[in-house]
Amino acid sequence: MSMSETMTPCSINLFDFHGGIHPAEHKQESNQQPIRQLPLPPKLILPLKQHIGAASKVLVQPGQQVFKGEKIADADGLFSVALHAPTSGVIESIGDHPIPHPSGQTDRCIILIPDGKDTWCERVVCENPMALDSDEIREKVQEAGLAGMGGAGFPTSIKLSPPPAAQIDTLILNAAECEPYITADDRLLQERADQVVAGLRLVQKVISAKQCLIGIEDNKPEAIAALRKALSDNQDLTGFSIHLCVIPTKYPSGGEKQLIKILTGKEVPSSGLPADIGIVCQNVGTILAVYRAVRFGEPLISRITTLTGEQIGQKGNVEVLLGTPIDWLMTQCGYQPAKPERLIHGGPMMGFTLLHADAPVIKTTNCILAPSSKELPLPPPAQACIRCGLCADVCPAELLPQQLYWFSRAEEYEKAEHHNLFDCIECGACSYVCPSSIPLVQYYRHAKGEIKQIKENQRKSDQARERFEARQRRLEAEAAEKAAKRKERAEAAAKAQAAKLAEAKATPAEAKSEIAPEIAKKAVVSEALQRVQAKQAAEAEEPVDIEALKSAWEKAQAKLDKMYDTLEDAKVNMPDQVDKLTRAVEKNQMRVNQAKLAWQNAEKAAQKAAAAQPEPVESDTVNKTELPDIDALTEALQKAEAKLVKMQETLADAAPDQQEKLTRAVDKNKVRVEAARTALEDAKKQVAAAQSKPAALAEGEKTAPPDIDALSDALQKAEAKLVKMQEALADAAPDQQEKLTRAVDKNKVRVEAARSALEAAKKQVQQADKQDNSQGGRN
Amino acid sequence: MALLNITSPHTKGPQRTSILMRWVILMTVPGLIAQTWFFGWGNLHNVLWCSLVAVLSEAIILKIRQRPIGFYLNDYSALVTGVLLGLALPPFAPWWIGFIATAFAIIFAKHLYGGMGYNPFNPAMVGYALVLVSFPVAMTTNWATPTGLLEQAPSLGETLSKIWGSAVLPDAYTGATPLDAYKHEIAHSTSEEVMQNPVFGSFYALGWEWVNLAFLAGGLVLLALKVIPWQTPAGVLLGLALPALILGWDADQSAPFMLHMLAGATMLSAFFIATDPVTSSTTPRGRLIFGLGVGLLAYIIRRYGSYPDAFAFAVLLMNFAAPFIDIYTQPRSYGHQKALRGAKAKEKH
Repeated sequence: MSMSETMTPCSINLFDFHGGIHPAEHKQESNQQPIRQLPLPPKLILPLKQHIGAASKVLVQPGQQVFKGEKIADADGLFSVALHAPTSGVIESIGDHPIPHPSGQTDRCIILIPDGKDTWCERVVCENPMALDSDEIREKVQEAGLAGMGGAGFPTSIKLSPPPAAQIDTLILNAAECEPYITADDRLLQERADQVVAGLRLVQKVISAKQCLIGIEDNKPEAIAALRKALSDNQDLTGFSIHLCVIPTKYPSGGEKQLIKILTGKEVPSSGLPADIGIVCQNVGTILAVYRAVRFGEPLISRITTLTGEQIGQKGNVEVLLGTPIDWLMTQCGYQPAKPERLIHGGPMMGFTLLHADAPVIKTTNCILAPSSKELPLPPPAQACIRCGLCADVCPAELLPQQLYWFSRAEEYEKAEHHNLFDCIECGACSYVCPSSIPLVQYYRHAKGEIKQIKENQRKSDQARERFEARQRRLEAEAAEKAAKRKERAEAAAKAQAAKLAEAKATPAEAKSEIAPEIAKKAVVSEALQRVQAKQAAEAEEPVDIEALKSAWEKAQAKLDKMYDTLEDAKVNMPDQVDKLTRAVEKNQMRVNQAKLAWQNAEKAAQKAAAAQPEPVESDTVNKTELPDIDALTEALQKAEAKLVKMQETLADAAPDQQEKLTRAVDKNKVRVEAARTALEDAKKQVAAAQSKPAALAEGEKTAPPDIDALSDALQKAEAKLVKMQEALADAAPDQQEKLTRAVDKNKVRVEAARSALEAAKKQVQQADKQDNSQGGRN
Repeated sequence: MALLNITSPHTKGPQRTSILMRWVILMTVPGLIAQTWFFGWGNLHNVLWCSLVAVLSEAIILKIRQRPIGFYLNDYSALVTGVLLGLALPPFAPWWIGFIATAFAIIFAKHLYGGMGYNPFNPAMVGYALVLVSFPVAMTTNWATPTGLLEQAPSLGETLSKIWGSAVLPDAYTGATPLDAYKHEIAHSTSEEVMQNPVFGSFYALGWEWVNLAFLAGGLVLLALKVIPWQTPAGVLLGLALPALILGWDADQSAPFMLHMLAGATMLSAFFIATDPVTSSTTPRGRLIFGLGVGLLAYIIRRYGSYPDAFAFAVLLMNFAAPFIDIYTQPRSYGHQKALRGAKAKEKH
């Protein structure tokens, strides 16, 4: 191209970016015809999300009349943009409709039926936009619902409000339009370069950039000439300079990062924004929209879209209202569907195929490409990667595409990420040059999606773990608090107890000795009582839930009553239903009977259980609980005595040197037997006292006879052993005789004691018998 | 209406694997013509024979592996392996040498590793190394004497009967290669005395110098067409030239620089063998390192080893190192301060 001769060289030093390709341009087909205006489409479909960020908030209702340019959805927060009615008409509905998206998904859209009048709402026209201050311009841009029209749809108002920390010194107008086939910016510059330059000055003022660079590929001589003229016409009045930089044609020089590198030599940091290095980049269409919004008060309601490809009869650019259905658009340009039919939203390198032809034109629709299969043949089947490295040679992000391919394919996502997968701009240069026709970009998209999903899952599980740990900590804290309170209460109780004891000590000694054991006994008694009651309750409740059965029966009965009513009604009104109802009533009657029977049986069983365990009276309980006490004591006494006997036997058989030891043991045991005996005596006395009470029942005596038997048994045994001991004494060595004699004497005393105990027990039994008889007589 | 849904990009450059492979084959033709001109029919026969074996082996193993035969044969990679072996083997090597080397290269070195794109070692060089180690006599005694030194060049019939039968040809038909001759004679002679041997001709190595120049010419065309990257051949030649100039400065001790450059398989290896994309390094700097390694190892084996020429071993040894080289020679990506090292991130950035 010999254009460089006719142009003054750019005063800015140009740089080169790594890699890049030179695909066939196919721009001539569409950049020669003027931009066409179209008639109003029959319907407009306006997605609430045509940009990056949050979807817009609906401001209208179905049936509402709106004017052209009226705001129909507002920005939802800062990272969002507003939406305006592209023409006057009636809102038909708000609902899901297919949108231009690689997945063919549907999204919320406002459906507008144009009324054909195309009546504007009120617009604020500004004769001298440069007189406005930055905030006023920003506000107008935000109100106009502007989003980047180059492809990504980044909200323009955010780009115009860089963080104060970012020192913006350069504004770049991205007019490179490097993607083949697309000529929307080219044609727009050819026809409206003056408005673009005016818009550029506005934006430059807002972000107070020192310099402005226009990057345009050298394959657009007409647009370059138009820009040059506009720049000389619209002379620099503000002190800002605008440099027109004609750059060599190489895909993807229009990539934001690549254009910045070409024009400034700087690189946008990985995962950063151009603002981080003091640069703001704007698309041609966006700048024009800024100008029209500020100058004429026109919101973003239309855009320039390239219609091209061999299947389109009238190739060229059209000014199309946002929301225009693409299938309707196709009817306006002599479209002949190819076989198989393929519609590409965007260009051949980064565009995606549409799944629904009725998807609408949105703010980022820069091209609709309808190629014939000869023009853009379907990709041949992929062959094995031969690691030729051609992909790495053309990668504008200087990645190793074939390594990323191996990692993505093997799902080694950690390695893929380490090889800077997320710096991939998906320009498609690697796929374009791949001699094995591997769909590399698709592998990267998939891997990126997977990694995002994995990270999202990781974040969720981390959150869940944090929540669980917080809950554990809270529960532990609560438990600790409870334990502390309990301890406090226990200490208070212990203090109170100590105070009571001290009080008790202060009272006379006799009183204490009588009261203390009685308190202890009562405690034992009440505990035992609770156990028994608990057991009874458990036995009574376990088998059947009487209440449940009863309510079941009652419900069934109520239902039956209702059915009887229905039956009565039916007899009058619907004779044909009577038979059926009668059968139903019979069935239900059976059910009711069964339920009633079940309940009654359960209740009877419960009553029986209750009768078997009569309600304990207090005195009775005292007896009952004291009687086992006597048994236990008796048993203990018997055991002690038996042991004593055994020991004495051992003593008799013992070797002389062991006898002394054994004797001492025997003595000790005797004392124990004695103690047991006294305890038994005491207990018996108490029983006797209890029995002598008027309300006492006769439960007690039943245990008395075995007691006497045991006592007499013990006595007999003790006597027998005494005899044995005496015999042993006779045979004993002289030096042992004295000790044995003492033991025998002591045992004699015990035997006597046992005898007297037996006598006492017998007397008590006789007394009890008398009482029993007298009571029985009264009954 | 049913719309076609395919992923971007929707356009495709002209480059195809089969085109690359065909260019490689085509650019060996000057070298083959030089070989035939100076050494008789042997190499031409070997190229045809090994190509036939390669394609048949590939078809059979693809059949066994239940892969589409036509699809894979169309990438011409098997043919490249066969052609390279035919060019590298001694002209009078018996038919079974070519058969074993080629069949082993395709079946074992290529397909048992997973086929096209998955083999870690250069198949042709695996086959060559196998026969070199297994049949050293057949591999060293069948090098042709330049026809210019013979009263009458062996005819095609004589060549075929030597390769396919047990025909005993005059001893003069075969002889030591210049590299071999120099290596053995320099031990007890001066450089000038050694160079009196007619195999060195009037320049550096009779016949061999033209063969190497022909391969160099073909290789430069491949470079111009961007079929091969420049880093690998540059690395190989540099890796061989530097030690040849520095360590081999004394021609009375070892082979001189120009003999290293223009004798043996130097140019064939630098432009056609070491550049096999599958088994060499893939990063730009990695390729340079890979090439340097091949050249250096070739010099070391030529000078200190027992083999007169050693590119097969040099290439195979560097094939081992290629994945490791790749990991440590990643380029600095756009927007990053410096290049990454290693296979995995040490910490998240």
